Amino acid sequence: MPNLKDLKVRIDSVKSTRKITSAMKMVAAAKLRRAQEQAEASRPYAERMDRMLGSLAAAAAGQAGAPKLLAGSGSDQIHLILVATADRGLCGGFNTSIVREARRMAHTLIDQGKTVKFFCIGRKGRDQLRRDFGSMIIGTVEDIAKPKLSFDKAAAIGERIVTMFEAGEFDVCTLVYAEFRSAISQIVTPQQLIPFAAPESDEGEDQEEGLNGAVYEYEPGEEEILTALLPTNISIQVFKGLLENAASEHGARMTAMDNATRNAGDMINNLTLVYNRTRQAAITGELIEIISAKEAM
Amino acid sequence: MAEGKIAFELVSPERLLLSQEVEMVVVPGEEGDFGVLERHTPMISTLRPGVIQVHEGSSVTESIFVAGGFAEVTPVRCTVLAEEAVAVSEIDRGATEQRLSDARDDLLDAKDDAEKVAVERRIAVAEAMLKAAG
Repeated sequence: MPNLKDLKVRIDSVKSTRKITSAMKMVAAAKLRRAQEQAEASRPYAERMDRMLGSLAAAAAGQAGAPKLLAGSGSDQIHLILVATADRGLCGGFNTSIVREARRMAHTLIDQGKTVKFFCIGRKGRDQLRRDFGSMIIGTVEDIAKPKLSFDKAAAIGERIVTMFEAGEFDVCTLVYAEFRSAISQIVTPQQLIPFAAPESDEGEDQEEGLNGAVYEYEPGEEEILTALLPTNISIQVFKGLLENAASEHGARMTAMDNATRNAGDMINNLTLVYNRTRQAAITGELIEIISAKEAM
Repeated sequence: MAEGKIAFELVSPERLLLSQEVEMVVVPGEEGDFGVLERHTPMISTLRPGVIQVHEGSSVTESIFVAGGFAEVTPVRCTVLAEEAVAVSEIDRGATEQRLSDARDDLLDAKDDAEKVAVERRIAVAEAMLKAAG
């Protein structure tokens, strides 16, 4: 029979756990709102960048002098996988599902005889990948969201990637992150950064803009603009991915902590039931002893 | 859309800074400033560090410093993608001078060409910013 005192201690400890998880849930909800606002605010830039690049890429595609970032390095032997995860745990399957996707990609590529390299943004991803792919991790960035995720930080990563690409350290670069749908649904998305994959062009939009298929004039020239635009675009894509990831992380944590709070509540109910029953049993036992003692006299 | 106006948008990676209908904007293009009115030829241009001026009637209603970026012009719209943008009236002279001297110090420490180019760009931005502040 469980000891009354032990039960009491147990209930108290679960109660304080519940307090912590519900506080974490509130914090995650507040952070989620902020992350979502930030992600929304950055959307116009990315959209317009996409549109500009789309028309430029269409014009420059197939030309001999197209920049490498657009056309690729002519090989696809070495793949770089950028794994964007969180720095902290306690957010359900968030980190694990991103790492699982990265791992799956890596195994497929290795089976095809390719070389794979990893670049981790976020401590959790590195920790999980280190076990299997320790020697393939060529860089890690931590604490990117502290105190605030800014474009400068994403641009620094973007520049590092471009420098590595130009030095011939890899041929294809893919970013793996979790796209934010809602607090309970985050979709792990691999997105190819290098070479540039043009988004689906929208025919209807040209009409609306009064372009009617007119071709842009480029100043100074297509190539100069592309060489300036492509590296910026990579920084933007990384920034966008990280913002989505931040929103997803907080969403996942909010859901995980909500579940934990609810589980703790259930546990407290069950334990309280056992506690009361045990207490009642003890009282009944004592009563029987007293009564039978009295009858014996 | 009102007759004789174009939709002008100024966007930074972090947010949409400005979105309004204007009569004319003057943008500091890589190969010289250009004004954008309604029915401009579609054009994409890179920008040098300089000042964007929004004109209404015959007066300048807004002056914004940009540290470089891209401009997309269509007959009805002008979109500027700026990496850094700040209203001319809000430029802090002291901070900018500090930035310029920091950048000049870094130039002496720059080891390779790539680094040198990056630092020279920072100097150009800071110099243009000081010039814009007047």
